[in-house]
Amino acid sequence: MIQPAVELRGLRKSYGATEAVCGIDLRVERGEVFALLGPNGAGKTTTVEILEGHRSRSAGEVSVLGHDPGRNERAMKQRLGIVLQQTGVDEYLTVREVVQMVAGYYPRPRDVDEVLGLTGLGDQADRRVKKLSGGQKRRVDLAVALAGDPELLFLDEPTTGFDPSARRQAWETIRGLAALGKTVFLTTHFMDEAQALADRLAIIADGTIVATGSADELIGAGSTSTRIRFRLPETAELPDTFAARRDISVWEIETDEPTHALHELTEWALGAETELLDLEVTRRSLEDVYLQLTAEGGEQ
Amino acid sequence: MNGVSLAIRQIGYENRAFWRNPPAAFFTFAFPLIFMVIFNVLFGADAAGFFTPAIIVFGVVSATYTNLAMAVTIARDEGILKRIRGTPLPPWAYLAGRIGHAVVIGFLLVAIVAGFGALLYGVEVPWGALPAMLLVLVVSCAAFSALGLAVSGLIPNADAAPAIVNATILPVLFISNVFVQMESAPEWLGTVSHLLPVRHFANAMMDLYASGAGAGVPWKEVGVIILWGMIGVVAALRLFSWEPRR
Repeated sequence: MIQPAVELRGLRKSYGATEAVCGIDLRVERGEVFALLGPNGAGKTTTVEILEGHRSRSAGEVSVLGHDPGRNERAMKQRLGIVLQQTGVDEYLTVREVVQMVAGYYPRPRDVDEVLGLTGLGDQADRRVKKLSGGQKRRVDLAVALAGDPELLFLDEPTTGFDPSARRQAWETIRGLAALGKTVFLTTHFMDEAQALADRLAIIADGTIVATGSADELIGAGSTSTRIRFRLPETAELPDTFAARRDISVWEIETDEPTHALHELTEWALGAETELLDLEVTRRSLEDVYLQLTAEGGEQ
Repeated sequence: MNGVSLAIRQIGYENRAFWRNPPAAFFTFAFPLIFMVIFNVLFGADAAGFFTPAIIVFGVVSATYTNLAMAVTIARDEGILKRIRGTPLPPWAYLAGRIGHAVVIGFLLVAIVAGFGALLYGVEVPWGALPAMLLVLVVSCAAFSALGLAVSGLIPNADAAPAIVNATILPVLFISNVFVQMESAPEWLGTVSHLLPVRHFANAMMDLYASGAGAGVPWKEVGVIILWGMIGVVAALRLFSWEPRR
C-alpha cells in the first residue's frame, strides 16, 4: 500500500487553557489536491504549521511523507515546499537570485527558469523583489516553495488579498502543479477556491473537522439539495402550503423534489395569474453547506 | 551541498544584498570615520594614537553586535527567518552566513580605519603585531556576533530594535575607553567596565597599537572576551527565535 502524503490522528494543540485544534483526523493521498476550508480562527493555520514543523503539537500522531514533523528533520524539508501566509525574502536580491539561492538548499532542485515560468515570473526574473507589486511578491513566495521540486506543497491561504484575475492565475498555477503529480495541501476560507481546486476537502470549525469529502459529496450530503428562488409582484401572496422562506422581497423554497415543487409552484402562479419574477433553480452550493456546518460548529 | 559550503554561499548572497543598498553601505563605513575626525578635532592630533584603535573597536562592535542584532530582528519580523526554517538549509548555516557577512564588513572597517589613521594622522599600523591583532579581532568578532544574536532574542519587535540595541551598547562604549579616555574616571566605574567585554577588546587593541610586536599576545583580554562569547552563545541558544513576535 502506498503511504499517504499526510496522515493525522487525534491531533490536538492547546495554547494555555484554549484549545485551537481539538482532535483532528485527516488523510491526504499522494497526488491529491486537498483543501482545509474554514473561517478565520478555526485552526487551519495551526494545523498546517504543525504539519510544516513550525509548531509543536500537544497530542496526536502526525505523519508527513512518513516523517514526524515534530522532529524537524532535514530529510523531510528536502521533500516539502511551503508557502506561509506571510513570508519575506531579501528584497535587495532579484527574483532569479532568490529562487537560485533557495534551489541550492535542495538535493534535486527544479530548473530555475522552469520555476519562473510556472509562476509567471519570467518577465520579472531580473528585477529586485523590492520593486515588485504585492501580487508578484506572492508569486515569488510560490516560486521559492517550488524551487526544490518538492513532492508535497503546503499553501496557507495562497490567494488572500489577490484581485480576481490574479486569483484565476494562481489557480491555474496550482492546477499545473497537480498535473505534475505534486500533492497539494492548501488552506482557504474561500469556498469557490476549495471547490475549483480540491479533489477532496475538509471543513474545519472551532478546531474540529465537521465534514470531509469531495465538493460533490459534501453538497449531496445534505437532505435538501435544490433551491428555488423568485420574487412576486406586490399584489400577490404565496400560500403557506409551499413552506417558503421570505427574505425581504425574495422567496426561497428548499426541496428534495424539485420537479414536483416547480410544477406546483407554476400551477399556482398560472391559476393566480401572477408572474414568478427572477425565477431561478439552483443546486445547493458548497457555500450553503459550509455556512450551515460552520454555524453548527459555532454553537457547540 | 554540505553545510559549510552552504554557509559560504549564504555569505555571498548577504554580501550582494548589502551592496545593493548604497546609502546604507556608505554610512556603515562613513559613520566610524566621522567619529574619528570629530574626536581628533576635539582632542587634537595627539589623541590620534588613542582614537585609531578605539574607533577600530567601535567599528567591529558596530558591524557585529549592533548590525546583527538589528538585521536579524528585522529579518525575523519580516518572516525571512521562518521561511528559511521551512527549507532544508541547516539553521546554523544560515546564521553562519549572517555572521560571516558581518565579520567581512568588520574587517573592511578595520582596514579602512587603520588606513585612515596611518595616512591622515600618521598613526603607524603595528604590522609586527599582526598575528596577535588578527587573533584579537577574530575572537572579538565571534563574541560580539554571539551577543548580538542573543540580544535579538530579547527584542520584542523590529521597531524596538534600534532603541534596545543602542541602549545596550552605547553606554558600554562610553565607559570602555573607546569614546572617552577612562584615566580620570571614578574607580568603581573602571571596575564595572572591566567586567564587560568591550573594555578588554579596547585594552588589547590599544596595547597592540602602542607597543607593536613587543606587546605579545594579550591572553588575559582574549580570555575575558572568549568568556563573554560563550555567555553569548548560551544565551543565543536559549533566547533566539525564528518566528515573528506580535
